[in-house]
Amino acid sequence: MNHEKIEKSVGWLAILTAVAISFGGFVEIVPLMAEQAKMQPAPGMKTRTPLEVAGRDVYIREGCYNCHSQMVRSLAEEVLRYGPAGQASESIWDHPFQWGSKRTGPDLSRVGGRYSDDWHRIHLLNPRDVVPESNMPGYPWLAEQALDAEDVQAEMRALSRVGVPFSEADIASAPEAVAGKTKLDALIAFLQSLRAPVAPAAAPASTGDAS
Amino acid sequence: MSGFWHWVVIGITVAMMVGALWLLLANARGKQGSADTGHVWDDDLREYNNPLPRWWLNLFLITVIFGAAYLIFYPGLGNFAGRLGWSSQKQMQGDLDAYHAQRDRQFAAFHDLDVAALAADQKAVALGRGVFLNNCAGCHGADAHGALGFPNLSDKDWLYGGTPEAIVASITNGRGGTMPPFNGAIDAATVDALVRYVSHWNDPKLDPAVRERAQKQFAITCAACHGPDGHGNPLLGAPNLTDDIWLHGGTRERIRETILFGRHSQMPAHEKILTPDEIRVVAAYVYSLSQTDAKP
Repeated sequence: MNHEKIEKSVGWLAILTAVAISFGGFVEIVPLMAEQAKMQPAPGMKTRTPLEVAGRDVYIREGCYNCHSQMVRSLAEEVLRYGPAGQASESIWDHPFQWGSKRTGPDLSRVGGRYSDDWHRIHLLNPRDVVPESNMPGYPWLAEQALDAEDVQAEMRALSRVGVPFSEADIASAPEAVAGKTKLDALIAFLQSLRAPVAPAAAPASTGDAS
Repeated sequence: MSGFWHWVVIGITVAMMVGALWLLLANARGKQGSADTGHVWDDDLREYNNPLPRWWLNLFLITVIFGAAYLIFYPGLGNFAGRLGWSSQKQMQGDLDAYHAQRDRQFAAFHDLDVAALAADQKAVALGRGVFLNNCAGCHGADAHGALGFPNLSDKDWLYGGTPEAIVASITNGRGGTMPPFNGAIDAATVDALVRYVSHWNDPKLDPAVRERAQKQFAITCAACHGPDGHGNPLLGAPNLTDDIWLHGGTRERIRETILFGRHSQMPAHEKILTPDEIRVVAAYVYSLSQTDAKP
């Protein structure tokens, strides 16, 4: 086939272009699929509590990922600022994962324990009360919204259907765990749960300190 | 990646590069001004099959050579790790090691000085300020002026004492200050009296009956922590109530809220977040803030 025929036929041009490009895509996608097939949860990882599951839902609903990433890149500067670099295996139970890519605010994947619950409460209601130069919006309505236990249970069931190992007892404990809590409480519980998984003793845990 | 897919990726990658090179060289022949391709547009616009410009040809060759060299030296071909053995993990660890070595060198000069001496050393204070901005500014503010519920560190008023030792202890082990809630334990009129009395400790205009009622209640419920004269107790972190510095706000509403519902303040322990040397320089920075100016 000479190239005149290819150039003059839109069909052939489209098909052969797609074939040529798909080779490039193929060699980039195959290694990732091979990696995913053998991916295991990071050592020491625990499933989220019902309140944290509800908080994660609030995190997604309010679009926190639009400004905050949850992925410490393997760069010395980020490891020094936030803590150990993120591993793909940490997100194996997150559907969808909250890595994000817009870093207007700081990364949050290691924020658990960095601030007190009270700090988060003040900061989420009006960030400028504690950080005057902050441009983060306040979320005062979260303090007025109650959690729906049935929603939380339904979400946990849906997550367990795609592979998160919640036990029946975990799901059954949800109504008690979220009783009387607001969406603000849930979001704070979720934020406080964001830490680097600590591998059980005898395994090398961190790749750097959090100084 | 299993051996099979490893070779599939290598095979396709190499075949594509060789194919691109072949396509280029196979079409690079032909002479200037040779016969046109027969394509004609708009009556007289003809397409010729002239050789590719040399500069373009060379650029293409250079990109192919660059690509081949890259795949030899860096990871990219299947499981092949590249001759340089580079990985992002190794680069990060190298950068971190270099940073830690530099930090150790910087801190070596300050290792044997006590906090008060460090506070007089400009370099140590600058270093401490860096540690402060990275770890403390979220609550205490970039200028250390604090916020509602988070103490101002730049004045001379201290909840747990302002000596170098007390500051180091606060940073290392953290602090937890609790004001218990008195909702229901004190009747509303007495709470009212307390609020008015405490908000302006020495207000001469305060009704003597109110003052008496408040003082009586204060001696029963408040004096144990805040002291009989309201000057506070640094052992408990109980604030001085007679000055004009209010951790949780000095308006009557805020004070009423504090009495009725209590307060719980928490300074996280930094023992595991900072090294002992870092704690000492950041303590020196904080200490230096209250040593320089004449504020109360």
